[in-house]
Amino acid sequence: MQARLNQGLPTRLATSLSITALSVVSAALMLSATPLMAQTKAPAKVAANAAAPAPATAATPAAPAAAKLVPAGSDITFTFKQMGVPVDGHFKRFDAQLAFDPKKPETGKVSLAIDLSAATLGDPAFDAELVKPEWFNTKKVPQATFQSTAIKALGGGKFEATGKLSIKGQVRDVVVPVTLAQAGGTTTATGVVAIKRLDYNIGDGEWKDTSMVANDVQVKFKLNFTGVGPL
Amino acid sequence: MTTVRPSLKPVRRRYDGVAMLLHWLLAVAIIGAFCMGLYMTGLSISPTRLKLYNWHKWAGVTILALSALRLLWRLGHRPPADLPMPAWQARAAHLVHGLLYAAFFAVPLSGWAYSSAAGFPVVWFGVLPLPNLVAPDKALAATFKLAHEWLAYGLAALVLAHLGAVVKHVVLDRDGLLQRMLPGRA
Repeated sequence: MQARLNQGLPTRLATSLSITALSVVSAALMLSATPLMAQTKAPAKVAANAAAPAPATAATPAAPAAAKLVPAGSDITFTFKQMGVPVDGHFKRFDAQLAFDPKKPETGKVSLAIDLSAATLGDPAFDAELVKPEWFNTKKVPQATFQSTAIKALGGGKFEATGKLSIKGQVRDVVVPVTLAQAGGTTTATGVVAIKRLDYNIGDGEWKDTSMVANDVQVKFKLNFTGVGPL
Repeated sequence: MTTVRPSLKPVRRRYDGVAMLLHWLLAVAIIGAFCMGLYMTGLSISPTRLKLYNWHKWAGVTILALSALRLLWRLGHRPPADLPMPAWQARAAHLVHGLLYAAFFAVPLSGWAYSSAAGFPVVWFGVLPLPNLVAPDKALAATFKLAHEWLAYGLAALVLAHLGAVVKHVVLDRDGLLQRMLPGRA
């Protein structure tokens, strides 16, 4: 299943349609093969899938239902210090895919792709600087990605997603604390990850001096999803 | 031993030590911050530029604090009496002094407000975060930038007028005006 923020390219649409078709087939197979799983709402869901223009699909029976990212209200920001002065920035374009059942967190998966060329510090002069090779080098690696490898529950709506964070071609293991809150069918995932910019060569060359730009960067996220099961 | 104190205090001919210290300290700081401001705004983004901007802000806040101290001191301590000069010149001198004091506050405050409006809070010496004077706002930032720039040029013009008057007194009048702001015996 897929939840995409950026508008689907024709190929992407085709892919997702073909995946839809596959899933309908596999769901049908699943229904006939495993009657136990065909309880309650499953048939209705399949019908909805077949009717919807570009819905999500689950390729493997074990994967939880995919959620859909709601761009409105979702935000990924970052904060660092420049000679003691906190500087805030945010990413204007990103794309999250989530397949997660709060009741079975270990089966969940989350991935995130952030368009680094759409990073902004709120000042055109600084933004022009951010895309340069010393900083994000967006010509070479346009996206930062996170791919979870394990999710575990900590209780009370809190979870921990372990995974690989890749920026500028540098990959590091990170542990992301996530708090989920649900209201009116929307699930909001929030959290903060502390990273070291130099781990990813962000601010290379003369910018390596951490007395100028601190090594610590806080990345804060708030992602709204629909289609996540109840907590 | 007892000494007989004169019944009349001698007429003060010089500023007191604290006034002199603050005068010269601020003279150096203000000229330094002004030159830094002229230079740094022409630089493209680099660590040097960011460093200078921060130093400039730290200097500005220091100037503001010292100016507040100086004003309080000035209000509590009478300066020496005017040297003999035409009344219009004395009035002009007092006017320039008054405007200088106003600029000592207006220039750093407009810079601080500019930084606040631009979304960059001032952290004094990289340690003490100062409150934002105004909320971040791009249009307001542009206004304060302009105000800061012109107030700084205004202060520079006042300093030049001040220096011009000193030169006049030293070279033309030879009335010992400069000695009032220099340490030495009364």
